[in-house]
Amino acid sequence: MSPETIARWQFGITTVYHYFFVPVTIAMSLLVAVMQTMWVRTGADKYLRLTKFFGKLFLINFAMGVVTGIVQEFQFGMNWSEYSRFVGDIFGAPLALEALLAFFLESTFLGLWIFGWDRLPKKLHLAAIWLASAGATVSAVFILAANSFMQNPVGATYNPFTDRAEMTDFGALLTNPVFLATFPHTLSAAYMTGSGLVLAISGWHLAKLNKADRTAQEDADVSAFRWSTKFAAWVLLASGAAVILSGDFQGKVMYQVQPMKMAAAEALYETAGGDGEMAPFSLLTIGSLDGSRPIFEIHVPGVLGILAKNDPYARIEGINNLQESYRQGALVNPNNALQQAYSDKLATIGISDFTPNIPVTYWTFRIMMTLGFIAIAIGAWTLFTLRKDRLPKHSVLWSFLMLAVVLGPLFGNSAGWIFTEMGRQPWIVAGVLPTASAVSPGVGVGSVFATMVLYTLIYGALAVVEVGLMIRYAKAGLPAEVAPVEIKGEDDVLSFAY
Amino acid sequence: MLTLLATEPTTLQVVWYCLIAVLWIGFLVLEGYDYGVAMLLPFLGKNEKERRVIVNTIGPLWDGNEVWLLTAGGAMFAAFPGWYATLFSGLYLPLFLILVGLIIRGVSFEYRAKHPDARWRNAFDWMACIGSFIVSLVFGVGFANFIIGMPVALAEGSNHLHVFTGGFWSLFSPFALLGGVVMVALFLFHGANFITLKTRDTVHERAKAFAQKEGLAAIVLGAAYLIWANVAFGIGALGWALAAVAAVALVAAWVAIRADRDGWAFASTTVTILLVAVWIFIRMWPNLGFINSGTGIPLDRVTAASTELTLSIMTGAAVVFVPIVLAYQGWSVWVFRKRISTKNIPDDVATIPVSASA
Repeated sequence: MSPETIARWQFGITTVYHYFFVPVTIAMSLLVAVMQTMWVRTGADKYLRLTKFFGKLFLINFAMGVVTGIVQEFQFGMNWSEYSRFVGDIFGAPLALEALLAFFLESTFLGLWIFGWDRLPKKLHLAAIWLASAGATVSAVFILAANSFMQNPVGATYNPFTDRAEMTDFGALLTNPVFLATFPHTLSAAYMTGSGLVLAISGWHLAKLNKADRTAQEDADVSAFRWSTKFAAWVLLASGAAVILSGDFQGKVMYQVQPMKMAAAEALYETAGGDGEMAPFSLLTIGSLDGSRPIFEIHVPGVLGILAKNDPYARIEGINNLQESYRQGALVNPNNALQQAYSDKLATIGISDFTPNIPVTYWTFRIMMTLGFIAIAIGAWTLFTLRKDRLPKHSVLWSFLMLAVVLGPLFGNSAGWIFTEMGRQPWIVAGVLPTASAVSPGVGVGSVFATMVLYTLIYGALAVVEVGLMIRYAKAGLPAEVAPVEIKGEDDVLSFAY
Repeated sequence: MLTLLATEPTTLQVVWYCLIAVLWIGFLVLEGYDYGVAMLLPFLGKNEKERRVIVNTIGPLWDGNEVWLLTAGGAMFAAFPGWYATLFSGLYLPLFLILVGLIIRGVSFEYRAKHPDARWRNAFDWMACIGSFIVSLVFGVGFANFIIGMPVALAEGSNHLHVFTGGFWSLFSPFALLGGVVMVALFLFHGANFITLKTRDTVHERAKAFAQKEGLAAIVLGAAYLIWANVAFGIGALGWALAAVAAVALVAAWVAIRADRDGWAFASTTVTILLVAVWIFIRMWPNLGFINSGTGIPLDRVTAASTELTLSIMTGAAVVFVPIVLAYQGWSVWVFRKRISTKNIPDDVATIPVSASA
């Protein structure tokens, strides 16, 4: 295997793993902040118990997000040093700003929140979790702006003397149409993930508590979990709607700036539509093993045109035509300044295959959407089940649905990122820098391979610990909580200590 | 096209070099003590409550401290991409070790508290200890190599990408190894002073006793390192002056801890770490800790730097946000200023023995 292949595998493994924890962190920090706000406003005990319960689950997850995130930042320099050198002038800025504006905020105020229950006034302590949550969101702004640059490199040009891309307009990075579409899509998908988790745990407890002879304590638990289940289900439905709308918008942007990714998502080999014809949307395509041609297809006419251009009769370029025109020197996006400026240099590098892995892009696109729709359906079904004063019945089906509403968005995120990143291939910066040219020239295959194996082993072991702890604490249920008391004397017992 | 021939750095390049130095110094001073605390955790905590006292001295702060490292890395990427690209790919395996260390210590603090079992907690305490030790040792070796200078040359077929030309084992010269040991010794002293400052009763006494002994080792090793660095890789009279003040501060820390002046001891180790880091960053100017071999464009502060546009945007962000970050991080230290002892630790898991073997 080439160093490029192994470096890509390493990046894929560490990114997908890291991204199990990121969306949960982004969303749960917000949901916990809302729960605590309810407590501060109403003084009702159940909100405090929910805050502590989900806060603990959030922190177990957060720890993993932090430690796997450092690997991501370092990897650009370690495995992709020519990429770092080539785009550092543009790509480095959002990463540095992410650390300065987001990570400091998130980590400092989370520390204040975890340990500050008995040292900060109630409202200041509440502000701490809101600021930590804001930090997580701001972090998404910068990392998605950076990633969107890789999908659609705006605000930059090529300087032949320094032989690198250089920034011309920072504002363009933050108004990149890909970023404007990706940010709401990714953020709302994160809210689906976090609310799915809260819904699942609450719903599972509700079903278990649904029995004839409940104690007063169990009645209190039902009241709390009923609230959190419904709250999470509404967040899930709202964010699900946002995911669909932003996804539709994203499809149109993608068609403009990365037509090959759109064609690959549909496994559309031959150009279709236009001249009064409708482009088909593929519900199901079985391709040949190498993915070079379709064997069996089910199509819905017109939908693809609507997805890409809001026009059922739109002409949608196929993989084969795009491949041919790129081979003849056409730009991926003729309106892109960096692609134009770099085209002469690119011609000397020589690149002949412009198609991503079609089966991977095709299937991850569908898995992403299917898992998302399933989660939304379970959210709606939960609200139906809980209508009026009803409670879910403890059954295998209910437990299965609760598991599915966690795993659906979680793996949907993975599929979505694999689609986005693999669909961009063979480019690391779309239409400019081929992925093969971006790897660190001084790093041997052995080093990349060995570290990949070790990361995977460490991540595997940590996954066992993390999932074990999450299940253990989720099962334990709501803590019997008393409101924290401010410590005054030096021998007072801390209300929270590691 | 005037910049094509530039060999003198622009003002913004100087500013960003200084800012990156500040971020690294912030990291070394702040995480220096929490690495030290974590390395001492299994040794100074003789029972579960004592260990919890030690963990809780850094509990609210360590994560915010670690962001100084992330920001330093991000700032190098943004302000000097050539530096970031060559350094991070050149130090591939050492950085991997650092990442492993950061991962295992990072999860430990949160996870140790999540299961009331002696073996579980003991395992995470050792992970925090070993992880912090690895990171301190490797960073110490790394910074010593920046003092020596890392050989680089243009990558084959590239006019601008430099790659490290020394092998992995070339990083472990005697001076570099001493650098690793010195950083561990300094952080242990710094961390012991921090525990002494933040605790009362048994843990306080034990940390103080340890600092009094370990401080001597830190002084001897630190002096050897500073003399060797100045003799072999000297930066002139200023370098000797910085080293002398750093050494005086280190001795002052030892005197202070013996005289029960915990705050002064901690402040003094802070000054030592700060001045040693300043020395190193002066030494790394102008070639960023590299030695160019061969012909072609050299890797230095000018060729590695980002454009003036990027640097000016980042300067704007730094001017606004660095004071804000300093303010709220300072406030967070203030919120958790009280000393703690085993009396402050809840009884919930007090029955756990400290480890299976103890």
